[in-house]
Amino acid sequence: MKQAERALHTQTMPDGLAQPRAEADAQTGGSLLHASITTNALPSESKSAIEVPELDIELLLDMYRKAVLIRLLEKALLAAAEEGQIGGAMHTAIGHEANAIGAAYALRSGDYITCTYRGHHHGIAWGMDPGRSIAEVMGRSDGFAKGKGGSMHFVSPQHGMMGANGIVAAQVPHAAGLALASHLRGESKVAITFFGDGAMFQGVMHETFNMAAKWKLPLIFYCENNRYSEMTPIWRTSSIEDIYLFPRAYGMASMQIDGNDVEVVHAAVSQAAERARSGYGPTFIEGITYRLAGHMAGDLETYRPPEEVEKQQAHEPLTVLRKKLLARGVEEARISEIDEEVDEAIDEAVSFAETSPWPDAAETYLDVFSESTSEES
Amino acid sequence: MRRTTYIQALNEALREELQRDEDVFLIGEDIGHYGGLFRVTRNLLDEFGEKRVLDTPISEQAFMGMALGAAIVGMRPVVELMYMDFTLVAADQIFNQIAKYRYMTGGLLKAPLVIRGQQGGGKHYGSQHSQSVDSLYAHFPGIRVVAPATPYDAKGLLKSAIRDDNPVAFLEHKMLYFTRGEAPPPEEEYLVPIGKADVKRAGSDLTIATFSYCLLQALDAAESLQQEHGIDCEVVDLRTVEPLDTETVWESLAKTGRLLAVHESYANCGVGAELVARAYEEAPHLLRAPARRLGMAPVSIPVSRALEEEALPWKEEIMATVLEMSRR
Repeated sequence: MKQAERALHTQTMPDGLAQPRAEADAQTGGSLLHASITTNALPSESKSAIEVPELDIELLLDMYRKAVLIRLLEKALLAAAEEGQIGGAMHTAIGHEANAIGAAYALRSGDYITCTYRGHHHGIAWGMDPGRSIAEVMGRSDGFAKGKGGSMHFVSPQHGMMGANGIVAAQVPHAAGLALASHLRGESKVAITFFGDGAMFQGVMHETFNMAAKWKLPLIFYCENNRYSEMTPIWRTSSIEDIYLFPRAYGMASMQIDGNDVEVVHAAVSQAAERARSGYGPTFIEGITYRLAGHMAGDLETYRPPEEVEKQQAHEPLTVLRKKLLARGVEEARISEIDEEVDEAIDEAVSFAETSPWPDAAETYLDVFSESTSEES
Repeated sequence: MRRTTYIQALNEALREELQRDEDVFLIGEDIGHYGGLFRVTRNLLDEFGEKRVLDTPISEQAFMGMALGAAIVGMRPVVELMYMDFTLVAADQIFNQIAKYRYMTGGLLKAPLVIRGQQGGGKHYGSQHSQSVDSLYAHFPGIRVVAPATPYDAKGLLKSAIRDDNPVAFLEHKMLYFTRGEAPPPEEEYLVPIGKADVKRAGSDLTIATFSYCLLQALDAAESLQQEHGIDCEVVDLRTVEPLDTETVWESLAKTGRLLAVHESYANCGVGAELVARAYEEAPHLLRAPARRLGMAPVSIPVSRALEEEALPWKEEIMATVLEMSRR
C-alpha cells in the first residue's frame, strides 16, 4: 500500500513552523486540540486512502513541462513586477503547481473551472497561452481580456477557464452555477473551483457547500491549503485546522491529500469527477501545499522565517516530480532538456507580451453592455 | 384587451418565457412549492417541474452567484429576491461580479440574467423590507434597471428583460401588485423595449418624470393639480432607469419648460438628481425654471404608518412641489 500512503499527506508533509498544534499544545496542555470535534472523533475512513495509480511516463513528462512552465512564468512575472511593468496586486502560485496540473489532466475538455486571484497556474495548466497570459497581466491588448482583467481575472472560455476572481470565495458559487447548468441541461460536464484556506471562512462558501450537496451538483471543491490566509496562518483564525472536515457537516464527501504530488492530485480529482459524473454530487478535496513566494508581489513575508520556506523546498512540486521521474528511469538529460526548452519559451512569451501594443483608448468604453438579445445570440 | 393584475401579468411573462426558451429557469426562496411569497410564481413549478423552478435555501449570495455561473454558459436564470432589500445581502455577487463580468472578461462572457422582486414602502414593513434600490443599481455600469408601473409594461418589459443579453434588475413594487390595468390576452404576444419612456399623461405646464409606484401617485397628483389649481402636468413614465430615456424627457420639457423628477429611492445621489443634472448639462435651453427632484426623505424607513407616509414622496409632496415650481 505504498501508493495509498502518499495520499495521507499530513504524515508525509512535515509540518511547517506555522504548525499550530504543537505550539498550542505547549501553551494549553492540549486543550486547543478540540479532540472531541476534530480528527480523533472521525470515523476511520476520514483520511481514507485513495488509490494512486502510477501515470504513464510521457504524461508525467508533459506534466513536468507544464510545472516548469508555470514556475518560470511566475518568476518572469515577479521580475517584470519588480521592473515596474506590472501594476496592482499580483499573486503568484510558486509551490502550488501540482494542484492545478494534476486536476487539469484529470478532467475533460468541456469541463469548467473557476479559481481565485492566485490563478496563473490554473490558466497555464488548462492550456492558456503563456504569451497572452503575460500580456494580460501587463494590461496589453493581446491579453485574453484585452488587458481589462489582468492577473486576478484570468479567463478563457475555450479552455474551460470561466474566470479567476478578485474577491475571496466569490468564484465558488459561479462554479456551482456552471455545474447547475450542466445538470439542468443533462450534460456530463463537471465544474471544479479552486480556492485557498483563507476562503473557508467566507459565508458564501458555506452557502454553496449546502446547496451543492443538497442538489448533488457535479462539482469539485478544491482547497489549495497553502497554510496562510494571505499573511495569517489558519490556527490564528479558526479552532478547526483540518479544513476537509467543514464540508462533511453539509453531507459532502471530502478528502485531504498531498497537493504537491501531481499523481495524488490526479487520482483524487479523477475520483471526484467520476463521482460527479455518476450523479453522486460534489466532493471536497483539501490539497496540502505550500506557497514558496510571498502572498503577492512585494510581500515582506515577515510572518514566517526563511527557514520555514527552506524546509518546504524538499517537498515542493517540481522537486517531487523530478525525483519521481528519475526514480522511474528518466534520464537527467531529458529533464534538463525540458527545463531549457521551457526557459526559451518563457523568454519568447515575455517578449511577445512586452511588445504587445497597449489597448486603444476607445477600448475603455467597450464591453460594458451587450446590445444583443437571446433572439440574436 | 382585458383587465389583469400586475402579479398576473408577471406570472404570464414568466410562464411564456419558460415555454419559449428552455434555457430560462427561475431560482429563489419559496418560489416553487409555495408559489412565491407574493404568488408571482404561482403554479409554475407544477407546470414546468423542479428543473425549471428551483427552491433555494435562504442563501442569497450563493444562489445569486450560481445564477451568474449558469448565465455565463448561456442559461437565462431569473432570480427572485423576496424583497429587493436583500440586494444588499447579495451585493458582492450583484455589483462586483454580475455587473462587471462582461467587462472584466473583455467581452468573452456575458451574464444574461434577471434579478427581480418587489421594493418600496407603503405596507409598513420598516427599514429592511421597504427600501427602493433603483438608484443603487443604476450607479453601477453593466446592469440594466427596469421599474414598470402598469401590468401592460410589467409583462412586456419582463419578457424583454429575460431575452436581453445583459443582467437586468427588474424592480417591482409591493403597492403595485394588486393594481389592475389593460393588457392583451396571453395569445397575443408583445414586448416593451428596455430603455424607452412612455408619456402616461399629456400636459403643457410641467413635466413630472417618474417610474414605479410613484407614477400612480404622480398621475393622481396631476389630476388634482388640474382640477384644483388648473395646472396641466405631463407625466412621463421612465419605465427604465438604466439607460435613461432622456430624449423623451427633453421632448416633454420642450413643451413645458419645467422638470420635476420623482422616485421612492433617496433623493440624495438618486436617479432624480441624475436626471436633473443631465437636464442642466444637455438641455439647459429648455429649462424655464429650476429643475427639481423629489425622493425618499434621508431616513431609514419607519414602520409607523404616520411616519412612513411622511417620509415617502407621494401625492401631497408632489403637489406641494409642483405648486412651488409653478409660482416661479
